[in-house]
Amino acid sequence: MRTRLITALAAGLPLAASAQSQLNLTQGVTEVSNRVYDLHMTIFYICCVIGAIVFGAMFYSMWRHRKSKGYKPASFHENVKVEIAWTVIPFLILVGMAIPATSTLLAMEDTSEADVTVLVTGSQWKWHYKYLDRDVEYFSLLATPRQQIENRLDKGENYLLEVDRPLVIPTDTKVRFLITSDDVIHSWWVPDFAVKKDANPGFINEAWTKVDEPGIYRGQCAELCGKDHGFMPVVVIAKEPAEYQAWLDEQERMQREAKAEEQRLLAMSMSMDELMELGERVYLGNCAACHQPNGQGIPGVFPSLVGTEMMLNDINGHIDIVVNGKNGTAMQSFKNMLSLREIAAVVTYERNAWGNNTGDMVQAADVNAYVNE
Amino acid sequence: MSEAPQTEPRPDNGRIIRRLLLTVAGMFAFGFALVPLYEAFCDLTGFNGRTRNEAAAVSTHQVDTSRTVNVQFITRNAQGMPWDFKAEMNSVRVHPGETRVVNFLASNPTGSNMVAQAIPSVAPGEAALYLNKTECFCFNQQPLQAGADTAMPMQFYLDPDIPEHIHTLTLSYTLYDMTANATPDVLAQMAPAN
Amino acid sequence: MSTVVGEMDHHDHHHAPTGISRWLFTTNHKDIGSLYLWFSFIMFLVGGSMAMVIRAELFQPGLQLVDPHFFNQMTTVHGLIMVFGAVMPAFTGLANWMIPMMIGAPDMALPRMNNWSFWILPFAFAILLASLFMEGGGPAFGWTFYAPLSTTYSGDSTALFVFSVHIMGISSIMGAINVIVTIMNMRAPGMTYMKMPLFVWTWFITAFLLIAVMPVLAGAVTMVLTDKYFGTSFFDAAGGGDPVMFQHIFWFFGHPEVYIMILPSFGIISAIIPAFSRKKLFGYASMVYATAAIAGLSFLVWAHHMFTTGMPVAAELFFMYCTMLISVPTGVKVFNWVATMWRGSMTFEVPMLFALAFVILFTIGGFSGLMLAITPIDFQYHDTYFVVAHFHYVLVSGAIFSIMAAAYYWLPKWTGHMYDTTLARWHFWTSLISVNVLFFPMHFAGLAGMPRRIPDYAVQFADINQIVSIGGFAFGLSQLIFLWVVIKCVRTGEKAPAKPWEGAEGLEWTVPSPAPYHTFETPPKVD
Repeated sequence: MRTRLITALAAGLPLAASAQSQLNLTQGVTEVSNRVYDLHMTIFYICCVIGAIVFGAMFYSMWRHRKSKGYKPASFHENVKVEIAWTVIPFLILVGMAIPATSTLLAMEDTSEADVTVLVTGSQWKWHYKYLDRDVEYFSLLATPRQQIENRLDKGENYLLEVDRPLVIPTDTKVRFLITSDDVIHSWWVPDFAVKKDANPGFINEAWTKVDEPGIYRGQCAELCGKDHGFMPVVVIAKEPAEYQAWLDEQERMQREAKAEEQRLLAMSMSMDELMELGERVYLGNCAACHQPNGQGIPGVFPSLVGTEMMLNDINGHIDIVVNGKNGTAMQSFKNMLSLREIAAVVTYERNAWGNNTGDMVQAADVNAYVNE
Repeated sequence: MSEAPQTEPRPDNGRIIRRLLLTVAGMFAFGFALVPLYEAFCDLTGFNGRTRNEAAAVSTHQVDTSRTVNVQFITRNAQGMPWDFKAEMNSVRVHPGETRVVNFLASNPTGSNMVAQAIPSVAPGEAALYLNKTECFCFNQQPLQAGADTAMPMQFYLDPDIPEHIHTLTLSYTLYDMTANATPDVLAQMAPAN
Repeated sequence: MSTVVGEMDHHDHHHAPTGISRWLFTTNHKDIGSLYLWFSFIMFLVGGSMAMVIRAELFQPGLQLVDPHFFNQMTTVHGLIMVFGAVMPAFTGLANWMIPMMIGAPDMALPRMNNWSFWILPFAFAILLASLFMEGGGPAFGWTFYAPLSTTYSGDSTALFVFSVHIMGISSIMGAINVIVTIMNMRAPGMTYMKMPLFVWTWFITAFLLIAVMPVLAGAVTMVLTDKYFGTSFFDAAGGGDPVMFQHIFWFFGHPEVYIMILPSFGIISAIIPAFSRKKLFGYASMVYATAAIAGLSFLVWAHHMFTTGMPVAAELFFMYCTMLISVPTGVKVFNWVATMWRGSMTFEVPMLFALAFVILFTIGGFSGLMLAITPIDFQYHDTYFVVAHFHYVLVSGAIFSIMAAAYYWLPKWTGHMYDTTLARWHFWTSLISVNVLFFPMHFAGLAGMPRRIPDYAVQFADINQIVSIGGFAFGLSQLIFLWVVIKCVRTGEKAPAKPWEGAEGLEWTVPSPAPYHTFETPPKVD
């Protein structure tokens, strides 16, 4: 009976060991991740051998030394030599494990200078990337539609592992990540790089990678960070350096133009319908996770937006909290995440949806007063 | 160890209990003692990239012109902090031992007087040991009147003992709104505005 | 074999005062032991039903049954209940029942405190469970309650959580003091320290661990409380604090806590394996030293839970080496158990089956623990299902299997009846198979990249999670067989002799079964 278990276990092992399966650690696409993978397999095989010896002895004994076979018990109960041996030998095995482990760990401390530095900031529940020395920064949000999560649509291939704007890095280049957080602790993890580093609020952490092959690499937040911890993936695209430069220049240009465009549009007013339509879209994408699609929030956790004092009577407070956030709560600042038009629209939407019906209209110029003055 | 057994607790039960309770109290206190211990440990080792919260002595070191270190500055606002806050430059290359001043520009766009505190953090953590700030706005709370702006200086030098392998040092400041927790003397600085 | 019937005096179990007040006011170590054991079993079922909610939600990708916020409450409270409500009280219950009988003492040294340390527990857990029903729900920050998720960003149930953890801590500390005083002062004549059964030894060391670290936990929750409600900033960078410091303080408690939950298991297994191998425990002295070594090392390894928080390399190396070192004394224990079986005369009654399963499955958990100790690969494993698999192997097929083994081993002594062997075997085999279906595939999910504490997952993990969930439901149902066996055994069954196991040793087998309400009022003589 018992042997059945061991056969099952033994059958599972080679399965686990087959490279690049969905049952084993990824080898990844960096030198470090390959070393990590090799170390993982080495330690795993050592454990298997020790396991085979110990369990082998145990099963042999259970088979041979049983009362039903009339086996009479021996009377030994100590043996100093044996006891010293099985203290010393495991210790030596451990030393053998510690040597490659130490060298891999030290290899992770590559001391050469990085060519690209990206500031990675976690917040509930999205990542923000900022290229230092370049004028490019953006948020990266889960792109999987709510309908898929709620099982109203079939799930896509990259369900929960897709974002609207992935991080882009060059290949064959040392990229340094500075990792921090705006609220609680998050952890930025890309298995293919063997990089997992906690994002601690108020502190910056450092990690780096050097990707060999262009491709799309997916990971997730690895530290419980509240309600939507399971819904903040990391997606990184590695491009050839030239392609990366072109992309970065393009982004910089686009972000500059978007700002200019925004200023130009300040003078233009949107109609109520336009505001409500844009506002609903922004609301569902950015606010509904906490305040819920019906605006009711979750009692005791996320406040309701329906019929409250702020919604009905305090338009300035309303714009202020959306622009600047509220310290010490999950309500974050949206001034860098949404455009002026979007903020104006979502505030208008919130003041008129779900029976709030204040009739208030907020225009980009009104919001501009809070953001830029 | 072959004492006579007793059905009643023996007289020295009390002593054992007292000692154990003392240990319990001691360990409870130790839990709190971990806070200053941790801070001391961080200051000593640069663990977690904390920098010292008081001015260092002015550099008397020989400037080591044989190497340069890239010092990057990152400014961030904590949630709900409406100030504009940035360093006048993104990074500066310095020789170890050389004293530099970098200004951080802050403006308070709101209609009310506010007090802020900047919290520094250094990556890599061990570099924090070699970053000496002789003057820094981050040592104190910073008051700023409604609509005002200011340049806050930070004067620093790198200890020439900074390990060879550190080529880049990132100093980040996170600005927190401390208006509600402002110390009286900071509030007094702002009083004339009212 | 379990069919052996002995001729003993069989007066009914209840010859003490009856009624509710018997249980409320009892100072009898056997009554209190039973209370602890029943309480822990109820908590095991409560915490287990939360695990069922978790596994049901994870049966398929997508959100089906619960919203993510409630899911987080389930993982949090499941963890808290299983650690503080199921495993720890079960061991305290076993200590209460067995330590006095094993060392020839008439009762625990501090019987009235004993009553208190039990009766505050139901209140602690009532508070914790009640918090689930308040507005905003219960604690949802994981049983490790990392700041600032548990401080600035938590709901108001945090106050209840802190209060309830304080009560659990006080209960554990009182229990530990009682165990220490009992062992130091109540041993029968001739029962020297090095003659004590290993269960007594391991509990003795565990009690010191409890005394050392439960107050640190109390300190940690107190700081969380003051950070949240009283304006301190221990863990808030804005006020000069540091959220990572929380993790240092928590794991300074948390790692010894792990050994608090496994050392008594070592004692149980060290009693059962010799009994059914009909051979003395191999290397008694080295077992004692290994236990002490594990306890000592447990204070030097806490930061291996925190390799990804960003530590200097020197610290990572230190904690990696110390953690690896723990596998030496742990290995010694496993080797000693195997050597005990070697050339014994083994039979396979249910306690022995559980003990053998413990040795194998705990060792598998030990192997994954060793893998997790290696810092560079821990970066990949950390906070994935690989970790979940690891600690469930150690805690479920480790600690809980040892508790089951202990229950079957001593049930005849407690109830005076033999348990139903057929049912018990069913319980064992269904548990053994389902526990592996439940936890073994989790290793693969973790290696393939599934983070822990997520209510929904990428589609490539769907098959593994489905298997795991099926294993989970099966394991949950299997425990109802255990309930059935125990109830049946309490009420009826073959009469058990004083010593139902041929090879068992120890003073507890010299008193009749069921053990009389008062035992060893005159101390036995130990040679």
